Amino acid sequence: MSNTTHHPAKLSLRGVRKAFGTNTVLDGIDLNVAEGEVITLIGASGSGKSTLLRCANLLEPLDDGEILFDGVDIAEPGLDPDPIRRRIGMVFQSFNLFPHMSVTKNVAIGPRKVLGTDKATARAAAVEMLTRLGLGDRADAYPDQLSGGQQQRVAIARSLAMNPEVMLLDEITSALDPELVGEVLDVVRDLKADGMTMLFATHEMAFCREISDRVCFLHQGRILEHGPPEQIFGDPQEPRTREFLQRVIDAGRL
Amino acid sequence: MNQRTRREAYEQRQRKRSLIIAFLSTSVVVGAIVVLVPRLPRWDRVRKSFFDGEVFADSFPRLLRAFWLDVQIFTWSVPLIFALSLAVAVSRNTRSPALFPLRAAAVIYTDVFRGVPVILTIFLIGFGVPGLFDSRSWSNPLIWGSAALVLSYSAYVSEEIRAGIEGVHESQRAAARSLGMSSSQTMSTVILPQALRRIVPPMMNSLVSLQKDVALVSLIGPIEILRQAGLDKSNAANFTPYVAAAVIFLAVTIPCTRVADYLLNRERRRTGATAVS
Ligand SMILES: Nc1ncnc2c1ncn2[C@@H]1O[C@H](COP(=O)(O)OP(=O)(O)OP(=O)(O)O)[C@@H](O)[C@H]1O
Ligand SMILES: [Mg+2]
Repeated sequence: MSNTTHHPAKLSLRGVRKAFGTNTVLDGIDLNVAEGEVITLIGASGSGKSTLLRCANLLEPLDDGEILFDGVDIAEPGLDPDPIRRRIGMVFQSFNLFPHMSVTKNVAIGPRKVLGTDKATARAAAVEMLTRLGLGDRADAYPDQLSGGQQQRVAIARSLAMNPEVMLLDEITSALDPELVGEVLDVVRDLKADGMTMLFATHEMAFCREISDRVCFLHQGRILEHGPPEQIFGDPQEPRTREFLQRVIDAGRL
Repeated sequence: MNQRTRREAYEQRQRKRSLIIAFLSTSVVVGAIVVLVPRLPRWDRVRKSFFDGEVFADSFPRLLRAFWLDVQIFTWSVPLIFALSLAVAVSRNTRSPALFPLRAAAVIYTDVFRGVPVILTIFLIGFGVPGLFDSRSWSNPLIWGSAALVLSYSAYVSEEIRAGIEGVHESQRAAARSLGMSSSQTMSTVILPQALRRIVPPMMNSLVSLQKDVALVSLIGPIEILRQAGLDKSNAANFTPYVAAAVIFLAVTIPCTRVADYLLNRERRRTGATAVS
């Protein structure tokens, strides 16, 4: 897949392959994410969206292919992944907050442990980040005491506290009640306005259409079609993409 | 609006009913024991040799003093067990190839000490290890008896901790690693604190059983309660001191068991509640 923007790629996947046993989940993925670009991944359940994001963060080892981050191959087997992961933020579908820590500590723990920020500074920054995401008054709560939408915003804050250069968002609204989806998507809008580079797997088609610079349709481990949202949603070329979008429309999700 | 709801009324009726049934059935059982046991042909002899009031009163203070030694052994063994079992559990969870010998040692250790009865470990270490040294100061059976207890129990407790570590969901590790934490940082700040919370109840159960097993140390010499009861039994030619010792043990272990059950239930409620959300 060629790079449609003129910026140098921030993150670039080349021929990425990943199989679980005999099940090939990613079958040669090529994808360039330019600085400040928002790319959404859509596709049926099991098409490999989560796996792609986990590979990009080195949570899953690749079988083959390269991942260039600022031009450096980070997928080289044996490379220490920790310094790379701290520059890439990841938010999970199921929040994965640390239940034994207060919300503030959840956000402060990354900078404290990984960046060596002192406790007071990390706490102050955490409270500021939480306030920015509208959670200033819940700073002392524990994750279990928050609504799903609030928990997901804390998870985003936890990621942002590390000052990541790229954010990977894996269906961050799928576990939320419909009325809570909006507050989380608002945060993503703000991130885009701030120029954050994002790779975003989602089932929220309306939002995908609004926020994406480019949409990638995944099917059986390949990017079958990609392009600006107007093209993918307005004039999809591939029959598979049309089928998928039709199903989404039938389900009332677009 | 302080009328009871239908459900509350129903539950209260049920409670009353259960209480009556429990009371009746207990009365029947206790009554049967009180009436029937004394009719057994040898009951008088048993009563004299196991439940002699004078022997009880005479030996009880001595036993209580001897029990103090059990308490001491228990008290210094517990922190050692905790430290050793934590070290073993964490060793078994390492992944680096350089640490293979450590992992292997941890596996062999838990297999061996869980497989050998506590009492055998006490004999082997209590009689075996002092033989390695010339000096008499190394032959203190208290030290080697406690060491044997610590080794035996740490093998069990380390498995409890390991189960606790494995009980923490993999997604917690993913979240910590994606922040850039190393695997040891992830273990110490994210996994262990959650694992230890889970293992408090099973560990309490192990400690209750340690309280009893402390008495086994007497078999290699120290005069603690079990040994003292044996001496008193011989002096009085009567088994009552054993009953007295049992009473002392129960006075300590029953409250501990209740606390352990309480913690276990609370943990079950807590995790049950979060599992739903
Ligand atoms: N750890 C794993 N072990 C084995 N198979 C896995 C593992 N993780 C994912 N898979 C398989 O990989 C395929 C792709 O899964 P993935 O989670 O990436 O899909 P997805 O596009 O994110 O789906 P969804 O929309 O349901 O989240 C699935 O067939 C899944 O069963
Ligand atoms: Mg997924």
